[in-house]
Amino acid sequence: MSIDWAAIGSVFGVSLVVTVGLVALFTLGIKGLSARERATAQGNSAALAVTAAYLCFAGCAAAVAWGIHLIVAKA
Amino acid sequence: MENFSLILAIVVVTALAFDFTNGFHDTANAMATTISTGALKPKIAVTMSAALNLVGAFLSVEVANTISKGLVDENGIRPEVIFAALVGAILWNLVTWLVGLPSSSSHALMGGLIGATVASAGFGAVHGDVLVTKVLLPAVAAPVVAGLAAMLATRLSYGIGKNADDNATRKGFRAGQIASAGLVSLAHGTNDAQKTMGIITLALIAGGSIAPGSNPPTWVILSAGLAIALGTYIGGWRIIRTMGKGLTDLQPQQGFAAQTSAATAILASSHLGFSLSTTHVVSGSVMGAGLGRKGGTVRWSTATRMMIAWVLTLPAAALVGALAESVTDLGDWGTALVAVFLVAASATIWKLSRREVVDSSNVVGTEEPAGVVTTAIAAVTPPPAGPVTDGLTATIPSPAAPAAPATGPATTV
Repeated sequence: MSIDWAAIGSVFGVSLVVTVGLVALFTLGIKGLSARERATAQGNSAALAVTAAYLCFAGCAAAVAWGIHLIVAKA
Repeated sequence: MENFSLILAIVVVTALAFDFTNGFHDTANAMATTISTGALKPKIAVTMSAALNLVGAFLSVEVANTISKGLVDENGIRPEVIFAALVGAILWNLVTWLVGLPSSSSHALMGGLIGATVASAGFGAVHGDVLVTKVLLPAVAAPVVAGLAAMLATRLSYGIGKNADDNATRKGFRAGQIASAGLVSLAHGTNDAQKTMGIITLALIAGGSIAPGSNPPTWVILSAGLAIALGTYIGGWRIIRTMGKGLTDLQPQQGFAAQTSAATAILASSHLGFSLSTTHVVSGSVMGAGLGRKGGTVRWSTATRMMIAWVLTLPAAALVGALAESVTDLGDWGTALVAVFLVAASATIWKLSRREVVDSSNVVGTEEPAGVVTTAIAAVTPPPAGPVTDGLTATIPSPAAPAAPATGPATTV
């Protein structure tokens, strides 16, 4: 009986890194949007924060697209 | 010949019934946290999950008979053996649904198959090493992998988003959660609907109805996809409640972390060839997200019962499968007897479930997410009287009492 430790390890590593990375990215995006609301409330603009926020969300969307690609490609 | 096609028809119908139980058993995996954090209304959530499951079933044309391949000796598998396996799997799925415990449908199916094969061809026909590497190890690894990832992600997310606006956070994370829940549903459709297609195709081949090596006929793909989608839509509300509320109380941020971790672990594992059960992954990630928030608690009594169910899944389904196989061995009337027993047992379980109905209206207890107001209200008022029965009021976790989680809220039976 051979246990495929490499497969377990890579699943473990990939899951950990991707999950933490995605959630962090998404949280940063939310933080950016929230900065906009605060800035609007004070009459300022927060163009930089908003741009960064949308970049973050774009990254997340790309990850979702990659996920769908994996599901479809497996077929 | 007449007789032969009759047993085949029975197997196909039973396989579709299993697919249906699989669907409603596993709705919770994709949608429990989405429902409990209020990201989607219960009905909308199950509809979306059902649609994505159906789509997922059509995405794949490859026969996914990983279940039958390798685990048991394929030579000499008769339709009766597959029928007996399905009986074991369905009954276990229904029993765990009745008590509201998430357990792996794949394990139930494999257990049934192992039991039926042992009864039919002896222990030699089961490959023990495959059992360990494909079933036992993933069952242990899945919750650990997904749980750890969800815990770290939750912790980090609360750390980064500390100063963010509350309202924007809540809204944003709900949206994100819907996306990751959608991915889980889609992946589930491709994996689990495929298993049933594989089983039906195997039965058709075993029965000599189609040539070995054929792709599943279109009607098989269509009916399997529809069965799993219908099951998902009906919704295993009992399990959703356990998964979404029973294990821990989730905020949208935690729900997002849990669901993202689950989607990632499922996709990574199926892509890297180390398949993990959706149920185990999601349960683990929900617990991890619960532990990741400061002051978050996991109801270990519920978690323990759940893990006991996991351990029992394989042997229990195997036992029923073996018994069913020995009865079908007695002849055609034996097969008929098992079929009648399956229908009767299913009807009994359904009847028992009506004593305490759980559906979309009471699955989360309150319609609103447990915000500050709800928490305050829950702290000062007794549980709402209404259509709920006495037994049920005890199952609605009070958001105000996270410190005393172990007793009342965990009771789901």
